[in-house]
Amino acid sequence: MVSKKTQIDVGEAVGIVAAQSIGEPGTQMTMRTFHYAGVAEQVPTGLPRLIELVDARKEPKKPIMDIYLKGEAAESYEKAKEVAKAIECTTLDKVAYVEEDFDEKKILITLEKSEMDAEGVSESDIQKRIKGLSGLHVEIKEGTITAKPSSTSLRNIRRMTNKLRQLHLKGVERISRTIVVKGKDGKYFIRTSGSNLAGVLKNPHVDGSRVYTNDVQEICRVFGVEAARNALVREIKQVLDMQNLNVDIRHCMLLADSMTMDGAIKSIGRHGLSGEKAGVLARAAFEETVKHLINAAVRGEEDRLIGVTENIIVGQTVPVGTGLVKLKMKLD
Amino acid sequence: MKLKRKKIKRKKKIAEGEQAPKTSVYLNGRLIGFHENGEALVAELRARRRMGSISPEVNFHYNKKTNDLFINADSGRSRRPYIVVENGQSRLTPVLLEQLKRGEITWRSLVKLGVIEYLDAEEEEEAYIALKESDITPEHTHLEIDPVSIFGVTVSILPYPEYNSSPRITMACAMAKQSLGTYSVNFNMRNDSRAHILYYPQQPLVQTQPYRLLGFAERAAGQNFIVAITSSYGYNIGDAVVMNKNAIDRGLGRSVFFKSHETEERRYPGGQKDTFEIPPPTTNGYREEKAYRFLGEDGIISPECEVEAKDVLVGKTSPPRFLEEITVFGVIEEKKRESSLVLKSGEGGIVDSVMLTDSLAGTKMVKVRVRSIKIPEIGDKFASRHGQKGVIGLLRPQEDMPFTASGICPDLIINPHAIPSRMTVGHLLEMLGGKAACYSGKFVDGTAFTGDREEDIRKIMKEYGFDEFGEEILYDGISGQAIKSKIFIGVIYYQKLHHLVSNKMHVRSRGPVQLLTHQPTEGRSREGGLRFGEMERDCLIGYGASMLIKERLLDESDKTTMQVCENCGSIGYHDHVKNRDVCPLCENGKLSPVEMSYAFKLLLDEIQSLGIFPRLILRDRA
Repeated sequence: MVSKKTQIDVGEAVGIVAAQSIGEPGTQMTMRTFHYAGVAEQVPTGLPRLIELVDARKEPKKPIMDIYLKGEAAESYEKAKEVAKAIECTTLDKVAYVEEDFDEKKILITLEKSEMDAEGVSESDIQKRIKGLSGLHVEIKEGTITAKPSSTSLRNIRRMTNKLRQLHLKGVERISRTIVVKGKDGKYFIRTSGSNLAGVLKNPHVDGSRVYTNDVQEICRVFGVEAARNALVREIKQVLDMQNLNVDIRHCMLLADSMTMDGAIKSIGRHGLSGEKAGVLARAAFEETVKHLINAAVRGEEDRLIGVTENIIVGQTVPVGTGLVKLKMKLD
Repeated sequence: MKLKRKKIKRKKKIAEGEQAPKTSVYLNGRLIGFHENGEALVAELRARRRMGSISPEVNFHYNKKTNDLFINADSGRSRRPYIVVENGQSRLTPVLLEQLKRGEITWRSLVKLGVIEYLDAEEEEEAYIALKESDITPEHTHLEIDPVSIFGVTVSILPYPEYNSSPRITMACAMAKQSLGTYSVNFNMRNDSRAHILYYPQQPLVQTQPYRLLGFAERAAGQNFIVAITSSYGYNIGDAVVMNKNAIDRGLGRSVFFKSHETEERRYPGGQKDTFEIPPPTTNGYREEKAYRFLGEDGIISPECEVEAKDVLVGKTSPPRFLEEITVFGVIEEKKRESSLVLKSGEGGIVDSVMLTDSLAGTKMVKVRVRSIKIPEIGDKFASRHGQKGVIGLLRPQEDMPFTASGICPDLIINPHAIPSRMTVGHLLEMLGGKAACYSGKFVDGTAFTGDREEDIRKIMKEYGFDEFGEEILYDGISGQAIKSKIFIGVIYYQKLHHLVSNKMHVRSRGPVQLLTHQPTEGRSREGGLRFGEMERDCLIGYGASMLIKERLLDESDKTTMQVCENCGSIGYHDHVKNRDVCPLCENGKLSPVEMSYAFKLLLDEIQSLGIFPRLILRDRA
């Protein structure tokens, strides 16, 4: 019976209440995050991160993964470090000095032995990888590689140089840095900068049931929307908790639910949720009024006056709370 | 790793460059050349400036790190004067000081002699400035003329600012500019559109040196109030203050408010023009006769008339907007428009002066100045010079005010909660200083850093047999009983600020609506309503108060009833002549009345003007 009592009543305006409940503390958040400004190389928290989540950006500003390990790797620092090393992505830029020479129309790659040893990359590996690239004529000498792009336009040389610098040699792509951290439970896990769920999951030492990334879109791609919804709730809640803002988790859940309800993550705002509202008037009232009115006229759309905004515009009672009930009269 | 590489590169670059780096010399921001020894060059330049061979308006700045020398002689640099210090010795010697006192030399000659030097922001960067003469060490380059001079004009007027928190000083400055006093001595001859004059201005008992130097004492903007810090039956909660009604009756905080109104006989193309006259009742837009009662034959009001809102100050008629208003008989009837100068709602007072002149365009112009006496009332704003502002919460008769053993009643009671979190210790000090000044009959000096110290004030208090901390036993004016704790009471300078309720008060229950939308007007001057905005609307939705939203947004706003055709969904009308409903499209369409907001009807019209036909599909309400 208690559970019945705690249920939300019919006609309760949950959306508005959720929006206000997140929005009101959000205004305080703006003011406080300004004081954190200047801390370099940090994951965005506070309002910037919240905006990032709600806008459903393709990629977070600073993707981060927490990779939990299983078996031996979780227990030993050395073993964990090894796994981390294997996951960390090495690019050519890390082990060599890539310079472009516009006069000779070539790219000079000077290998740095000490860095190569530290990263565990062999010279032949690098040579093989560079040879595998198309559009390059490669000359190999001891310690240096000279690459001549087939197209010698300046733009192409610059493009190829950048491509070479980012050339993936080893590890999981897009994971640029790894740190081994000791968790609260005494076990080791790896924190990375950069995220690649699918790639990391291939490693046998990784506990696939607990790997976590802050890239919600990637979770959606790899694990599906349900997981993405949970990730959204977790991320939003985390942002709010970090600022000591006491927001009921159900508000965050409603937000995440409405973002993921049709199978993919859509943003709140013009290009997402608000832009897909059913009523013409509701959409026109939000943003891009003329566009919606004209499209509605072209298609001969009909507004059934179902939503709140539409009814306010027209001047009727809104279908929430006291406006939801109707009376029927028996005439006999 | 990346950093390492960059370092090597940077080193290489320097190694490749010339041998000894030379100082780049910039004049007014433009590179003009190089010099072997920048440091020696600035020293030389400065010495020459002090000798008088280079204008004292030029400033030099040598940046050691970047090895740049800047010479600035352009306009727009704010500069301030310092006393030059050389080898730990102030250049302003006692001999010079003596000469200055005797008037043998002037400021200008001190600048010429290189005793006083103006520095700009850049040159100041290199200077090492001592605050006091006794602080000077051999490293110092300059000496502050007086520590107060680090402040601007406004702050230097505030007493004891060094005891206050900086935000409060900022606020005190902002409020000092809003205080009422005597802004101009010839206010009687001026026609400022708005002007306040304080009836009995006083100079503060605690004042500063700059205050006297500015001659502010002769144009004071405030009065010395006797202030007690205690709660007062809840009427001074949250920065409200309780004021002594009798003190106000004796003229405390009383001011006049002048407001000037003007109008002119404008000329229109076609040789027509406005006329000042008592508009004849046939005029278009004729007001009720009562409104014109003060006007003389010339249509202009005379001085000392007691006017109120909606009264006409200057009667004026204008030619009709459209010519050729032909009546049925074919006679052109000149119907003039009423365009009098009228007092707006909430205004009123006594006509102070009437001035008849020519406008710039050479037409007849009248300026009418209306005066009204503003006696402090509940809601008027007052502030001390420490950022402590408050509005009157209650005017209490003197017999109900607390009093001291010697029978003194406070003029003002502020709440003790106003003090701790704001840290305005200067406020308390000024209260004590003011009290001491009253007993000793001497002004207390509150100049920043150099004013009279707390100990000195306490000594005066003791001397006159008072509690040295300024606390006294007060007796409740209502019960007559002694208040259990001692209460801090003193004399402090308070300013009346020009935010007076009588100029701001505004209510509306019914009133004018906008022509276009039929919604209530906005703003006090248009007797408007308070906007029930989007966020307010959201709150009602969140609460589920559907009927209340409809009431606010429709019934109490722009409700209209339109006749809508059930057949085609377009808006029709009722033809009263033929007594039947007319649909613009259908022959015999059945029309039903539909309640809607006028703004929505307007939206439909606008959409139609785009060439889109919106239909309203009607259904009986279930």
